[in-house]
Amino acid sequence: MRLHEITRGDFPVLGRVVNGHPLVYLDSAASSQKPRTVIEAMSQYYARSHANVHRSIHTLGEEATELYEGARDRVQRFIGAQSREEVVLTRGTTDGLNLLADALCAGLAPGDEVLITEMEHHSNIIPWQLAARRQRLALRAVPVTGSGLLDLDALDRLLSARTRVVAFTHVSNVLGTINPVAEVCARARRAGAVTVVDGAQAAPHLALDMSLLGCDFYVFSPHKMLGPTGIGVLWGRRERLEALEPTRGGGEMIKEVWLDRAQWNDLPWRFEPGTPPIAEAVGLTAAVEYLEKLGMDRVGEHERALTRQALAGLAALPGVRVFGPPASVSRGAVVAFAVEGLHPHDVAALLDAEGIAVRAGHHCAMPLMHRLGVVGTARASFSVFNAPDEIDHLVRTVADLRSVL
Amino acid sequence: MIATRALYSDVIRERWRRPRFRGELPGATAVAEDVNPLCGDRVRLMLRLDGVRIVAAGFVGDSCAICTASADVLAELVVGRPAAEARAVAAGDLLAVLQADIRPTRMRCVTLPLSVLAQALNGGGA
Repeated sequence: MRLHEITRGDFPVLGRVVNGHPLVYLDSAASSQKPRTVIEAMSQYYARSHANVHRSIHTLGEEATELYEGARDRVQRFIGAQSREEVVLTRGTTDGLNLLADALCAGLAPGDEVLITEMEHHSNIIPWQLAARRQRLALRAVPVTGSGLLDLDALDRLLSARTRVVAFTHVSNVLGTINPVAEVCARARRAGAVTVVDGAQAAPHLALDMSLLGCDFYVFSPHKMLGPTGIGVLWGRRERLEALEPTRGGGEMIKEVWLDRAQWNDLPWRFEPGTPPIAEAVGLTAAVEYLEKLGMDRVGEHERALTRQALAGLAALPGVRVFGPPASVSRGAVVAFAVEGLHPHDVAALLDAEGIAVRAGHHCAMPLMHRLGVVGTARASFSVFNAPDEIDHLVRTVADLRSVL
Repeated sequence: MIATRALYSDVIRERWRRPRFRGELPGATAVAEDVNPLCGDRVRLMLRLDGVRIVAAGFVGDSCAICTASADVLAELVVGRPAAEARAVAAGDLLAVLQADIRPTRMRCVTLPLSVLAQALNGGGA
């Protein structure tokens, strides 16, 4: 049985009719749809157990705390983290990257260097730009090769004794490139740099094991992996987290407060000021449970098959250009493409008229668009609920596009 | 067959395929360029003013069918008018010519050329 045959009935939204056609949702890289178990877990939480966490000495408060902290334990196992203290719950990947840029760059000296790459999402560019401006750091970028891979020779040339941070994406949200995280981290470490990995496009599709990746920090967003919006995961190697000064204050992140000073709380709460996203943590647990039940290996295999099918189908169409590494290279579950003579927004609007939801535009990766020499692309992305006949439908519809506008 | 008619009027399709004002404008006296941060669309509008009157207009850029059609219609509407009158052209005037039911998410495609026009007439943005 193919995976979508098991999963499709679990996603209520897939019953929708859009513009007179059954919804074909190919935009999971922007945000995935949610299975019923996630929706119901959050709804049940609000209906039965909601209270603030950690210091509410009453039954509901204890239940809410248990559910919230339970999400941390679940994530710890899901990503192979050494301990629960290494799992900080944030508001999303962007939030986690901002937190890291603020905290890691706070102690740097003018002229120190931060290295990113040409294939980053804006959320892994702008926080470093802001920090670089504040601290007068040099921000440099590893280029992307013509075949959509990270230029590792250039990485070696760019790494120097001044490189303090190397921040890069695990999987490109446009090219689908899967970067060699362990390799990049090993080289960065030899140069004495801290490594930050944006896992937003990886966590939904790949089995993760923090002990194998070799990075210092890893961030991702549950809403792209069948979970809710508004919550994020920041994993940090314990000694790295211990060494970080918090940059955001509030309740919960302290042990003791005086008017002129405070003692920080233990990990991981030191980095979780204020009331956290509790219902979202409940939804996150349900999402991880759902993925684990399917098995991440099987999830990845299903999505890779869909990606190969889409790549082959689209690349064979006259006037259609697909971006990223060749199909022979293992890729993430996204296919960016351009249709000659049509603007990506028109491609998306025309596909939407057929019930097909794809993303179009710069995908929050303008520097990469500049590198590719395009204003934007259309992008189809896949998840556990997508079926091969949906990919066929996409390819058939794209084939007709050039004749209609 | 894709139901394009619901999305793109004949006017938009015609202006997208054969824009009348697309291209560089030699001797332009007022130029501005702007982007739509949502999609990265870029429109550069060039005007030649003879005193206060716009005597010629042209545009270039990377833009979708709606934005291109909007820029083309706007150029047509402002040529021959005094700058003060050109400033008064509003989104409603463009929509009336485009004859399309534009969704809220695409309205910025219609209005980008208008904000570029305002910048050009204010002498900035080029």
